[in-house]
Amino acid sequence: MAPPPEPPVHGRTPPDPMVPCVARVRRRRRDAPQVWTLDLEVDGGDGTKNFPFAPGQFNMLTVFGVGEVPISLSGDPAKPGCLVHTVRAVGAVSDALARLGPGDPVGLRGPFGAGWPMTEAAGRDVVIVAGGLGLAPLRPALYQLFAGRARYGKIVLLYGARSPDDILFRREIESWRRRLDIEIEVTVDHASSVWHGHVGVVTTLISRADFDPLHAIALVCGPEVMMRFAITALRHSGLDDQSIYLSMERNMKCAIGFCGHCQFGPVFVCRDGPVFRHDRVQSLLALKEI
Amino acid sequence: MEGLERIVKEHPFFAGLEEGFLNLVCGCAKNVRFEAGQYLFHEGEPADQFYLIRHGRIALELTAPGRGAIIFQTLTEGEIVGVSWVIPPYRWTYDARALDLLRAIAIDAACLRQKCEADHDLGYEMMKRFLPILVQRLQATRLQILDVYGAPA
Repeated sequence: MAPPPEPPVHGRTPPDPMVPCVARVRRRRRDAPQVWTLDLEVDGGDGTKNFPFAPGQFNMLTVFGVGEVPISLSGDPAKPGCLVHTVRAVGAVSDALARLGPGDPVGLRGPFGAGWPMTEAAGRDVVIVAGGLGLAPLRPALYQLFAGRARYGKIVLLYGARSPDDILFRREIESWRRRLDIEIEVTVDHASSVWHGHVGVVTTLISRADFDPLHAIALVCGPEVMMRFAITALRHSGLDDQSIYLSMERNMKCAIGFCGHCQFGPVFVCRDGPVFRHDRVQSLLALKEI
Repeated sequence: MEGLERIVKEHPFFAGLEEGFLNLVCGCAKNVRFEAGQYLFHEGEPADQFYLIRHGRIALELTAPGRGAIIFQTLTEGEIVGVSWVIPPYRWTYDARALDLLRAIAIDAACLRQKCEADHDLGYEMMKRFLPILVQRLQATRLQILDVYGAPA
């Protein structure tokens, strides 16, 4: 009888990308109503707990006995020993993920997909437009921009949330605000009279932001409708389609471009994305069914 | 008056306005200042002025029973406050409150409406400037109504 296969013992995708390794929850914290951030640690065994990833990539996370979902990495790529995922509890699996506590096991496959164009961003102004939970996949890009700050021009973060209570990473945004080398504007769709920040949709911030459209690159993530409005505003500000990148979300299952669940016209979101340059998906964005 | 003309001319809303029209608009304009927390106008009051914001921010609010004031939009330097003066019955449909010290140019709406009636070229010029703002705010409202962040991003 053949010996049973060796269980995967490290965080990098094992030779078979469909086989998850086991990670454990190190910490869980609440970031907004229904939104939880989990710090995961891959089971050791090869002397390292490192799990290198690029900003914008995602992992497939499994809650054993419940199911598997794609979740973007939201932590610092320079700290590959701590895998941070921010989850909105909206379905059976994400709800189960959000209920996990320290020490609980999580199946993990990844990292998958094409991330944000950090190399192309070098030497240019970087405009980040995030809506709702869309800030989570962009946070690794921000960490990388901060780490190599001298390599980039102006950095602008425009973030929109539903209400003040729904603002993600609030304390961290406050700490970023204290930096003098980034422009940050946060807006909410509605607020009570105690809120003193902006109110209005995030796209209205674009025309007020200070960047050079001829030498800028935009990274956009949020609900698809919001991204369409943001792209219109960015183009109106002078950015061309080759300078706008967006992170798409589709029903990703296998994460390796095999099953076809996330097929988006001629591309697979899991394999060719989730980050796409706008001109490559532009014609598909307005279609009702694809 | 020269100072006022310069301020009006430099405001983004009136950027590139022809000199003759500028004189007509300035004839209806005055400098105003509001302290933080002070209301510019309330819902239901006559919309007898609109404002060009020079400095500071304004919250536009609606009050719902049992919920207090809900801010649905904030406006800042370079923007205008108020479009109700263009459309009968010329009454405000929301409250406007200064969030911090506000400096603005107030344009007398009745005065400008009369001049627009008398000079349709001026009226058309005003419409060309107001319509894009109305459309932009309509689109923003559509996005707000969709409540896109209520669903997973």
